[in-house]
Amino acid sequence: MSSTQEIQSGLAEILEEVAGVTPADATPEKSFTEDLDVDSLSMVEIATAVEDKFGVAIPDDELGSIKTVGDAISYIEKNQA
Amino acid sequence: MSTSDVVVTGLGATTPLGGDVPTTWEALLAGRSGVSRITDDWIKEYPAQLVARLATDPAEQLDRVRARRLDRSQQVAVVAAEQAWAESGAADSGVAPERVAVVFGTGIGGALTLLGQDDVLEEKGPKRVSPFTIPMLMPNGPAAAVGLAIGAKGGVHAPVSACASGAEAIRWGLDLLRFDRADVVLVGGTEACVHPLPMAGFAAMRAMSTRNDEPERASRPFDKGRDGFVLGEGAAALVLERGDSARARGARIHARLAGAAGTADGYDLVAPHPEGEGAARAITAALRDADLTPADVGHVNAHATSTPVGDTAEAAAIRSSIGDHVLVSATKSQTGHLLGAAGALEAVFTVLALREQVVPATANLDDPDDDANVQALDIVRGEPRRATLTAAVNDSFGFGGHNMALVFATA
Repeated sequence: MSSTQEIQSGLAEILEEVAGVTPADATPEKSFTEDLDVDSLSMVEIATAVEDKFGVAIPDDELGSIKTVGDAISYIEKNQA
Repeated sequence: MSTSDVVVTGLGATTPLGGDVPTTWEALLAGRSGVSRITDDWIKEYPAQLVARLATDPAEQLDRVRARRLDRSQQVAVVAAEQAWAESGAADSGVAPERVAVVFGTGIGGALTLLGQDDVLEEKGPKRVSPFTIPMLMPNGPAAAVGLAIGAKGGVHAPVSACASGAEAIRWGLDLLRFDRADVVLVGGTEACVHPLPMAGFAAMRAMSTRNDEPERASRPFDKGRDGFVLGEGAAALVLERGDSARARGARIHARLAGAAGTADGYDLVAPHPEGEGAARAITAALRDADLTPADVGHVNAHATSTPVGDTAEAAAIRSSIGDHVLVSATKSQTGHLLGAAGALEAVFTVLALREQVVPATANLDDPDDDANVQALDIVRGEPRRATLTAAVNDSFGFGGHNMALVFATA
């Protein structure tokens, strides 16, 4: 089980690697598309990286409802084994 | 139809000889080779083990995140295009994005992505295949990436005609300007497919040099000892505009693109017509298009890939369409064969030869072929040769029987 803090920093690492987002910018209120300029193909890459890092698969219908970094953190928190 | 001439206002390239045009040109005139022997384990079973790798890794010339979403063929296209675009100053000229077009060709497309993602599929399954696979492998991908890089909204096109693709892009750009479909067109060609599969495929055609122990001497167009081409990677780009508007904005004009033409051999899928019939028709038509005569042409940058049949067919074509008076260069002797980028890179060399009034030498031409046409031609060797040039021709031919000829003239 990762803590909220660990999930946020792990997600920030993924965002930096995949989309070049500065880690300090990856805060919970940020929208992936509006604030961080992450496009739909990059969201697919992020979902794959999340599965590798946290063991949490994000199905496509769930991925569409994840709008902010906070949404992603909550989803991972709720679904991690 | 526009009656203005068409001029070249920007040049860009990243090649086995250098990461930009000045470095590449200097290395070319200095006689340096971009060819080396592959030392990876996989090459051991290969008869042909040579390659002309890029002098500068494009991933170092681009932002990391941007680079990882582009196939290597797209990375080099963007690097070359941004150099040409910056040099032209077109971005500061006030041209509307809707009047800027791109024509960027490739012979193979995103082969490294296709093959790399096939490995991912085999090893990890379909869910692990990158969502960028398709945009990275599609053959219009380089043109689209270049269009995004320079903000072109007037159309983005991608001719695919094997090793004539780069030259075909340039002719297409000329037509767009003549038909007034754009005000500025960025044209070019790209290739990056050094990988076991394309290497095996070309080797299976017996098209590649097996002079593995002498990498720098392996690409030897028109030489009696030639035994095939050396696969190269890279990209080159040119910015074309109508001369009236380019002069009005005070742009630096490297040369004029005076004419162009293309033909098909209609002879064989891959073998060139032995007398270069289709190639000669392309050159003759390009000169007519340029309103020039064979006597006006002082220099030919030949396609000459160093294959036994291709070089003699081209020698026949040059003689029958232009004559024996031209100074011929085969720059693949140093760059290797950049396939879909070759026509664009050699167009850059042709433009520079006119601008600098110097004809590059053909490396490794120690003992010209006994063929009567090769013997009759004045192929520059040893040192580059100073000459008074007003017009020059660039030939490009591709598997499929594609023949392209471009005619450049001094500004």
